[in-house]
Amino acid sequence: MNDNLIIKGKEFKSRLFVGTGKFADKKIIPDLIKKSNSEMLTVALRRVDFESDQENILKYINENCTVMINTSGARTADEAVRIARIAKAAGCGDWVKIEVIADNKYLLPDNQETIKATEVLAKEGFIVMPYVTADLMVAKKLKEVGAASVMPLGAPIGTNRGLKSKEFIRILIEEIDLPIIVDAGIGRPSHACEAMEMGADAVLVNTAIATASDPVLIGRAFAKAVEAGREAYLSGPASKKKYADASSPLTGFLND
Amino acid sequence: MSFYKLLNEYKKLNIDKVLNKVSDSDVINVLSKDSLSWEDLLVLLSPVAENHLEAMARKARELTIKNFGKVIFLYAPMYLSNYCVNNCSYCGFSVVNKYERKKLSLLDLEQEAEKVAMKGIRDILILTGESRKHSPLSYIKDSVKVLKKYFHSIAIEIYPLKTSEYASLFNEGVDGLTIYQEVYDRKIYDQVHISGPKKDYKFRLEAAERACLAGMRRVNIGALLGLGKWQSEAFYAALHASYLQNKFLGTEFSISVPRLREHIGDYQEKAELSDRNLVQIILAFRLFLPRVGINLSTRESASFRDNVLPLGITKMSAESTTVVGGYSSDDGFEQFAIADNRKVDEVKTVLLEKGYQGVFKDWHQL
Repeated sequence: MNDNLIIKGKEFKSRLFVGTGKFADKKIIPDLIKKSNSEMLTVALRRVDFESDQENILKYINENCTVMINTSGARTADEAVRIARIAKAAGCGDWVKIEVIADNKYLLPDNQETIKATEVLAKEGFIVMPYVTADLMVAKKLKEVGAASVMPLGAPIGTNRGLKSKEFIRILIEEIDLPIIVDAGIGRPSHACEAMEMGADAVLVNTAIATASDPVLIGRAFAKAVEAGREAYLSGPASKKKYADASSPLTGFLND
Repeated sequence: MSFYKLLNEYKKLNIDKVLNKVSDSDVINVLSKDSLSWEDLLVLLSPVAENHLEAMARKARELTIKNFGKVIFLYAPMYLSNYCVNNCSYCGFSVVNKYERKKLSLLDLEQEAEKVAMKGIRDILILTGESRKHSPLSYIKDSVKVLKKYFHSIAIEIYPLKTSEYASLFNEGVDGLTIYQEVYDRKIYDQVHISGPKKDYKFRLEAAERACLAGMRRVNIGALLGLGKWQSEAFYAALHASYLQNKFLGTEFSISVPRLREHIGDYQEKAELSDRNLVQIILAFRLFLPRVGINLSTRESASFRDNVLPLGITKMSAESTTVVGGYSSDDGFEQFAIADNRKVDEVKTVLLEKGYQGVFKDWHQL
């Protein structure tokens, strides 16, 4: 069975996306990609130094991987749009993670500005992956304006607290006909597994991998957890139903 | 309400009395909290907390890595002019100090920019002495036009400006501001700022707020440690950062911990600050302000910088000079002595050895 993730016609075998903003050493990235099998990496344009070979993080990313430019640093829709356009003009492609943050204390996304940026960039042909709080109405609007996926946060960036917004993510999974990719807050492979088990299409992990003692090893653990969670979801675990089907139905006598 | 008004509300607070009442169990209790109040901050600055530095350090390290990752942002200062109209008793640039003053021409500036950019630096902090006459806004703007060709991010450390002036620099390409209050203690502030416009405590204190209103992306504040009692200076600096962070959500804030260094003149420190004290300040800042950057300059020695690196530091200068034109020429007068003279590449290598990536570019002014 082909269970590849498809976003705007592009297939991904791996459902583990990796962020690159917090690594102690960029040189670890090729090995991490290899061991985790990840095919999608986010890179903040604010950190890309095109003029310096040594400092340019893009040089460390395998050609088989898709690079999704992250608009990190944008405080408004306008800034996010400009970052995406600069990235495209610089040859970084048209996959863009919209991250608009005007709250530097908790790093929570500005959903309204994110919707605005998504609308503009989707019209221009970008494959737009917006990072938002898990909110049904926001997700519906994102779909209306052309988002390629919705990326709700599990918990605030860097907290490693897991799926604190689980119930709201569940609603998005049930109601939104777009890939739902849980981004931020995933601190352990078990959190990633939980997200996948409940039906998320993929997870994006940065802090938990980048700041682990052995990023490559934990990257592999995340890959396994994501696969396990996905298989559990596909197997239709009993816990998805509120009431189990009794093997000896209590009302079976009515059919006798 | 401005921070000036907020400060007035703390006038009756007897910090020494509060600090001396703190017990070991108070510190342990604060260390178990996720979010700290100003009372908790004082607990961490108390003499008793000095016995808990290791526990504070472990928590500070964890919080820093979670919030910023294993990265240290690198920048360099560039002195454009040392003309100054203020008489500040602790500063080498003071108008009363007699030496040949210098200001970079735009041609000299370009030469300096090339030298610094060749080291890999992409984030530059431009500094001038406080003289509107010698370094008018038009000169700063012209300098920014040149620097934009070499750097992705440009911050200023100059005399305090009005909101509209900050906005005009922001529009020109300046995205960051550093402004130190120097000393929050008003009595000492008045004593050490003998004459000149810098005597206006309130105008300086509110400069960071004006910069935020003008749209500046990042603002760095701090006290010059050694002028006043370190506990109260650290307390008010942290309170200032917290106030700004809560009021201006879109701005990234950081706090510096500069210690007084040797300079021309005979000023003696009013309040000596040991390495241990400075570590306690850094840790208290990190625990009280988990999302605020902490900067450490080359005022500190290489070994001290390497050791405090994991305790909460997020940004460092590298291969700095405090001489006007100092990247192109060896002569000139330095504002204060540099203690860490390592090259940028050496700093980068040490960071890697310690498990950190030196980040040269963290913003590209749009």
